[in-house]
Amino acid sequence: MGLAKRIIPCLDVDNGRVVKGVRFVEIRDAGDPVEIARRYDEQGADEITFLDITASSDNRETMVHVVEAMASEVFIPLTVGGGIRKVEDVRRMLNAGADKVAINTAAVSRPEFVKEASDHFGSQCIVVAIDAKQVGPDRWEVFTHGGRKATGLDAVAWARQMTDFGAGEILLTSMDRDGTRDGFDLRLTRAVCDAVSVPVIASGGVGNLDHLVAGIREGHADAVLAASIFHFGEYTVGQAKQRMAAAGIEVRL
Amino acid sequence: MSTVAVIDYGMGNLRSVCKAIEHVAPGARVRLTAEAADIRHADRVVFPGQGAIGGCMAALGANRLRESLLEAMKTKPFLGICLGLQALYDFSEEGGGTPCLSLLAGAVKRFPSEKMTDAASGLPLKVPHMGWNQVRQTVPHPLWQGIPQDSRFYFVHSYYADSADARDVAGETEYALRFTSAAAHENIFAVQFHPEKSQRAGLRLLENFVSWNGN
Repeated sequence: MGLAKRIIPCLDVDNGRVVKGVRFVEIRDAGDPVEIARRYDEQGADEITFLDITASSDNRETMVHVVEAMASEVFIPLTVGGGIRKVEDVRRMLNAGADKVAINTAAVSRPEFVKEASDHFGSQCIVVAIDAKQVGPDRWEVFTHGGRKATGLDAVAWARQMTDFGAGEILLTSMDRDGTRDGFDLRLTRAVCDAVSVPVIASGGVGNLDHLVAGIREGHADAVLAASIFHFGEYTVGQAKQRMAAAGIEVRL
Repeated sequence: MSTVAVIDYGMGNLRSVCKAIEHVAPGARVRLTAEAADIRHADRVVFPGQGAIGGCMAALGANRLRESLLEAMKTKPFLGICLGLQALYDFSEEGGGTPCLSLLAGAVKRFPSEKMTDAASGLPLKVPHMGWNQVRQTVPHPLWQGIPQDSRFYFVHSYYADSADARDVAGETEYALRFTSAAAHENIFAVQFHPEKSQRAGLRLLENFVSWNGN
């Protein structure tokens, strides 16, 4: 017995509501974030991730309130990402009740930001989110701005560099798979997981419970993140854990 | 009404600790504080620890918190969380070596990531040790009351406590090696994991703490 593999439901939040895009575009409304987080907590979610997909500052304020509300009634770890650009943004989210922040675009624009944030608040609360797209055989490139902007960075090398800069965890999303329900990009997941010494969360493409098992088994992920399979009531987190346990993976039941 | 002082030396998020205590003890007054007077007047003290151990020890000295904290550690129910457990030992390897409070005998060491592999998969173990792991309760204690043996709690840390005195150990966890995940010494109870983030088991531990008289 030992450390359990984690299942992390992810909530994309736009102006205080949970939405889920397909290939980062089409948006469907899936409800109130705190209510959904509470339901996942009851089902046995190991953590919750909120990704703020809006850009305006008014909506950022809304996000702080969502985080505060969530932290007052759900007592499992919470990661918040989206629009985290300055040390002050990190501080605001942590003070609102987040345990970790996910930094994506800002890490690419200014890698030292990751260093500053981890020096200040500790690596344990700094997650670097990487959106990667396949650009050749076993080669993936980092994209930013919700997948719209190519960076020229190699995803595996970038994950390594971010770990050196103090990232305590990597949240790895396959842009090719996100929203497709075809399963994780296992080669990408494995390449990154094997390259870094910190935990990696696999994300993008989960359509059924066997995909979660594969993410751990074949992708070597430490945690698996999924959104739509849980939001629309297809599967509960509990069912996901049962399936993983049946496959011999250690989970918190 | 019971007053709980949660020590805040200004390094990060303590909202969850306060909210979790308020959640399990609606009658308690929870005060986030760095004031010596608040600590002296509180019925019980929670020391969550934030950031790195060097900053933690420096902040205790700079804010003159150290004395009131040491007094509380000797006189009233005291709960250390995460860094609040590590700070109780003699010494930590973090930050090139940091002397700590020496209330418990032993040292805090870094997980030797390069030498560790997961027994089941053969893959290298990741550091930080992050996620839900089991705690083997090695002694009966009022703070364990109602919590099943081997329950899982949420951990996130790169350094672990290695107790020199087995009598201080209240719980152990395995992550390639076995370390002290809970320590108990008279009125002190300290945990490496985060009870405020450990759902049912964690909330129960906090509830037990709020009703514990320190014996």
